[in-house]
Amino acid sequence: MTDIILRTINLTKRYKNRLAVDHLNIEVRQGEIFGFLGPNGAGKSTTIRMILHLIFPTEGDVEIFGTSLKKARHRALERVGAVVEKPAFYGHLSALRNMEILGGLQKPVTRPVIMKYLERVGLADRAGDPVKTYSHGMNQRLGLALILLKEPQLIILDEPTTGLDPQGMKEVRELILELSREWGVTVLLSSHLLYEVEMIATKMAIIHHGRLRVEGSVRDLLKKGPSEVLIKTDRTAEAMQFLKTNESYGSARIHSDGIKVELDQDRIPELNRQLVNAGFNVNALVPQRSLETYFLNLIEGREA
Amino acid sequence: MIRLIWFELIKTFTRWRTYIGFIAFGIIVPMVVTGLKLGGQNSFKRSLLSLLQNDFIIGGNVLNGWFFGFFFMGALWVHVPIVLTIVAGDQIAGEGNAGTFRFMLTHSVSRTRIIAAKFIVTLIYTAVMVLFIGGLTIGLSLWAFGGGDLLVIRKGILVIQEARLPYLFLMAYGLATLAMFVVSSLCFLFSAFTDNSIGPIIATMAVIIISIIIISLPFELFQAIRPYLFVNYFDAWQKVFDDPVPWNVIRMDISILAGFMITFFLAAVVYFSRKDILS
Repeated sequence: MTDIILRTINLTKRYKNRLAVDHLNIEVRQGEIFGFLGPNGAGKSTTIRMILHLIFPTEGDVEIFGTSLKKARHRALERVGAVVEKPAFYGHLSALRNMEILGGLQKPVTRPVIMKYLERVGLADRAGDPVKTYSHGMNQRLGLALILLKEPQLIILDEPTTGLDPQGMKEVRELILELSREWGVTVLLSSHLLYEVEMIATKMAIIHHGRLRVEGSVRDLLKKGPSEVLIKTDRTAEAMQFLKTNESYGSARIHSDGIKVELDQDRIPELNRQLVNAGFNVNALVPQRSLETYFLNLIEGREA
Repeated sequence: MIRLIWFELIKTFTRWRTYIGFIAFGIIVPMVVTGLKLGGQNSFKRSLLSLLQNDFIIGGNVLNGWFFGFFFMGALWVHVPIVLTIVAGDQIAGEGNAGTFRFMLTHSVSRTRIIAAKFIVTLIYTAVMVLFIGGLTIGLSLWAFGGGDLLVIRKGILVIQEARLPYLFLMAYGLATLAMFVVSSLCFLFSAFTDNSIGPIIATMAVIIISIIIISLPFELFQAIRPYLFVNYFDAWQKVFDDPVPWNVIRMDISILAGFMITFFLAAVVYFSRKDILS
């Protein structure tokens, strides 16, 4: 019995002369929060739409819970909940009506059940209002309520925090984590926001120009590429001179915010000790976003 | 399936654009009836008398409610498609434009069933609209001008006894509804091609106008393609007022109109089943 929930098999989409997705093979396992990363236009949304059968692949297939999408779309998508890009609703109808209609396509849903999920996303008191009066954040939460209504085992979210304010983004992230931890739901999350994926994903894949560039656990990928530390002290120039006396800090350079040095993260306490012993007041030692560096290098072609 | 149809009914009949046609005809028809009552009826009478008085003796209430009901049907069948396309054109394109297909189609419900539910609701709307206009025109005309036998000037002059008229008008409305089903079906098909609901409205009206021009011009080439144009069968409803009623011709017209309707629907299903949802 395999624990692979979702698998794309040479998934390809060609629009005339443009290859949007090129023989993509990814695997999402039970319980993972799988971050699907890539810059805008990389092919993330096209891939997700193919997984959800909104777009027909030119080549390849998708298996969800071991069922081929080509052969049995309905069965494959039975346990999948998804929000693709900005959630869209019937603006003239209330949230309650929207949930009844969009959530009741497969089987009827009762109002108490709908209210339970609207309460879960904090929309119960606005359930009767037309959705056109909702903010973007409320629409996003309504989309999540609609997914929950289906009680899915796999949730697919395409850029779920786009357009949200920081508080809204945090709420969505927390909800995703909660779904994963408490409900055991597997999540496929596409984003162009690296820090978002870094914060919640357990595994990720980076796609660029429609091709899979890298796939692996976030922990492993974080170790890839140069690891940098930003040093903030009371005397930057003197601290720089001090660092240059030590060969292991040979990469140190002055930066607008302080000093940056390439260093493994487990050596940060040692660096701190040496600076303090040398009489510097260390204001901060900030590990730099190595994944971001790695990601940028990768999409700019500097990384293999 | 019934639940899907019910959802489509809710979506359609809770939109204000659905009522544009009802409001428009709800204003126009009473206005025209009032105009006829306040003198317009006399100019009708004069025209009719100048046409017929040399050969016939006109007696009784000829310009009655049935006559104007018949007149309205003949005058409005070009205008009714405009209001029908407002709703039919939005059925698929509107969902595409709004992005709601992204939710709908990720459920394990077949596209064919969704399209079929939408199509059925489009037909329901069409039937309700035609019957509303029919009921309004006949009801108001009979109220304003009273009853009587119907004078039909088509292939000659025919006087139909009032007792037969409710039955004939009911049949005429049935045939008119079928003709309008074809219009709605065509617009529905165009709606599957796009995510903009204005496009299907314009395209459908363009097809109707061009087809009317073609069937109206007496050129040999145009007359040859006439049988292949659905507007050629739009006047099927008038045939129930002929004497004798040409049932064979009417049956053929019904088959052809139904054929057009089914073809447009199936084309919409086939196209939409393979359509990439990009919006």
